[in-house]
Amino acid sequence: MDKLDNQIILEALQDRFGATFVVLGEPHGLLTLGVESNQLIAFLEFVKNDPTLRLNYLTDITAVHYPKQEKDFCIVYHLHNMLHNVRLRLKVLVSGPTPTVPTATVLWNGANWMERETYDYFGVIFDGHPDLRRILNMDELEVFPMRKEYPLEDPNRVDKKDFYFGR
Amino acid sequence: MSKVTLAEAPPGVEGSGFFATTLDKAIGLARANSLWPLPFATSCCGIEFMATMGSTYDLARFGAERPSFSPRQADMLLVMGTIAKKMAPVLRQVYIQMAEPRWVIAVGACASSGGIFDTYSVLQGIDEIIPVDVYVPGCPPRPEAILDGVLKLQEIVKNESLNRRNTPEYKALLEKYGIATDNGNG
Amino acid sequence: MSKPITKITPNAGVFYDNDPQDELITLNLGPTHPATHGVFQNVLQIDGERIVSGVSTIGYIHRAFEKIAEHRPFYQITPLTDRLNYCSAPINNMGWHMTVEKLLEIEIPKRVQYMRVIVMELARIADHIICNGILGVDTGAFSGFLYVMQEREFIYEIFEEICGARLTTNIGRIGGFERDFNDIAFRKIEEFLERFPPVLKEFEQLFVRNRIFIERTSGVAAVTPEEALSYSWSGPILRATGVDYDVRVVDPYSSYEEFEFDVPVGTSGDVYDRFMVRNEEMWQSLRIIKQALAKIAKEPKGVFHADVPAFYLPPKEQVYTNMEALIYHFKIVMGEWETPQSEVYHAVEGANGELGFYMIHDGGRSPYRLHFRRPSFINYQMFAPMSSGMLISDAIINMSSLNVIAGELDA
Repeated sequence: MDKLDNQIILEALQDRFGATFVVLGEPHGLLTLGVESNQLIAFLEFVKNDPTLRLNYLTDITAVHYPKQEKDFCIVYHLHNMLHNVRLRLKVLVSGPTPTVPTATVLWNGANWMERETYDYFGVIFDGHPDLRRILNMDELEVFPMRKEYPLEDPNRVDKKDFYFGR
Repeated sequence: MSKVTLAEAPPGVEGSGFFATTLDKAIGLARANSLWPLPFATSCCGIEFMATMGSTYDLARFGAERPSFSPRQADMLLVMGTIAKKMAPVLRQVYIQMAEPRWVIAVGACASSGGIFDTYSVLQGIDEIIPVDVYVPGCPPRPEAILDGVLKLQEIVKNESLNRRNTPEYKALLEKYGIATDNGNG
Repeated sequence: MSKPITKITPNAGVFYDNDPQDELITLNLGPTHPATHGVFQNVLQIDGERIVSGVSTIGYIHRAFEKIAEHRPFYQITPLTDRLNYCSAPINNMGWHMTVEKLLEIEIPKRVQYMRVIVMELARIADHIICNGILGVDTGAFSGFLYVMQEREFIYEIFEEICGARLTTNIGRIGGFERDFNDIAFRKIEEFLERFPPVLKEFEQLFVRNRIFIERTSGVAAVTPEEALSYSWSGPILRATGVDYDVRVVDPYSSYEEFEFDVPVGTSGDVYDRFMVRNEEMWQSLRIIKQALAKIAKEPKGVFHADVPAFYLPPKEQVYTNMEALIYHFKIVMGEWETPQSEVYHAVEGANGELGFYMIHDGGRSPYRLHFRRPSFINYQMFAPMSSGMLISDAIINMSSLNVIAGELDA
């Protein structure tokens, strides 16, 4: 196999999964697909181990919060084929307040902390994760701070009067 | 001709074969020129402190030759870098473990006031949890600024009364921070 | 006012050994241990000097970068990226600028791209100097550190000449640089190219065949390529295992495809290989800088930014004298720019590995979501599992060779 592009990836995935995923576009040449959460692990396993695609490097896992949408959490996976320099972005939309997706630690050891970070920020539950605890914030934190409804600044501050800041 | 620079003698009475000064001044002089720093480096400012200790700037010129990594044998706590709320109890623990007399320098904007990180996870200045003697501004401060901070602290140390640590004012200061004054080191 | 977000609890992060009958000892390594060069805590179960198991706790300088980024316009995010990996801040700055330029589809002049390459490679050298120097200190060789630290100061002098700052440089702007390199900067870069090789050579001679160093590092913490890839490693430590993944080659940016350089790889993935890979990368960086200087000489002089007035802040003297510049200045500062709704992932080869920026933009003043793929964070998660069975002293050296930067680790 000496060439790989988004079209080949799409065809291979359509052969295997039919119409169970959606193409969300190709922003800046990076193929973006939407997957259902029950399909996710099968999907990741296929693109990781398929001899043609070999998207076997897990670049990143993160999440986005869209409070106005019905399915308000989007978990984003970035995969990379180093040989052909082709990246793939997978998105899973789930609804809160306790969004749940299956864990990718069964495929990559490195997914462990990426998922813990996502849990810490957004409260996304990764089903089957071996050690889903907070990682960056303190264990005593009661909220998931990256959700849009929580403020950036510490609301407990007493020395910061609003009228000094014109609000 | 020796290259050793002698510290300036404190004011006193000099006569043939004797020199008299106050105990405060003599001890202050000795303390100021042999401060043992405890670098509590968490982030960027710690790298600049590395440069300060390194060959070009050389903090050892001012008597701080030996960085003490144990709080028990240190007198100058240099807090360099952002202190997150998760770190705050640790910093306080380190301060409590230091023996009197102890001085604190907050190096950099983050340690002094939280800096650009006005967020839910960052302590807005270490003076919320421990008393601070000298603040060094900058994000990060240049090694010269850190040296200047140390020199400023030396002035404070030189002029500190030996009795200060036993005064009710000092005890009240520590109590304000919730630090017990009889904490094993008297 | 929403409910309390964080409170300070006494004695958080301190673990006690509860069972005195237990044969294993619980040891808190960190969070302020001098040997760890940063705020990492590892709670180790030890049997004598051998580590049985360990749990890493991180987040001691969590500063909520990603939350801040959602509240700041693009050009104010550059100072945040400085403080990710502060040992090589310019690479982070450039990576962020290129991410925004990719989103806005700005074409960057060749000369600016070469200037960026010079700055990034200098930063890479400065970072590797720290890592390898400290690795020497941890194995008991302090003098090598003192030799190379002086050269790092010289790199900082070059940065000062270019942008005025030493460590957290905030170098460059979206679209280019805030000003051209002056003659002194060029002269200093050339001087650096002359004075650094003998120092680096001497530094290598102190270590490469030093028996103590070899016995402390060789075979310590060896990692197979499969393990490394499974843990999503990147950067010098991945290359030390034998995988030739370098973003500069695989996914070139800023005209790296025009440069001729080798990607050094190791064979066993141990601490010695990591040291050697970093050393060789410094030599390659010198090669790249030399080529970039030659390429700059062929480009038209005086070009230091792209012609994008809507995004590139005009110089202050023009703002005060020129109507158009004033309008653009206001538009940029007030955030009245038209930006595409899109999402973009851009990666650069940071000193520690693949530094990625994933931005979702909804057309507003600041990113809707900005996620940093931080190599230190991802590389470090293997530390605790791989420490099992290691001696404590080996684990310390392993940690130094991973070159985990606390700011990048905790975001």
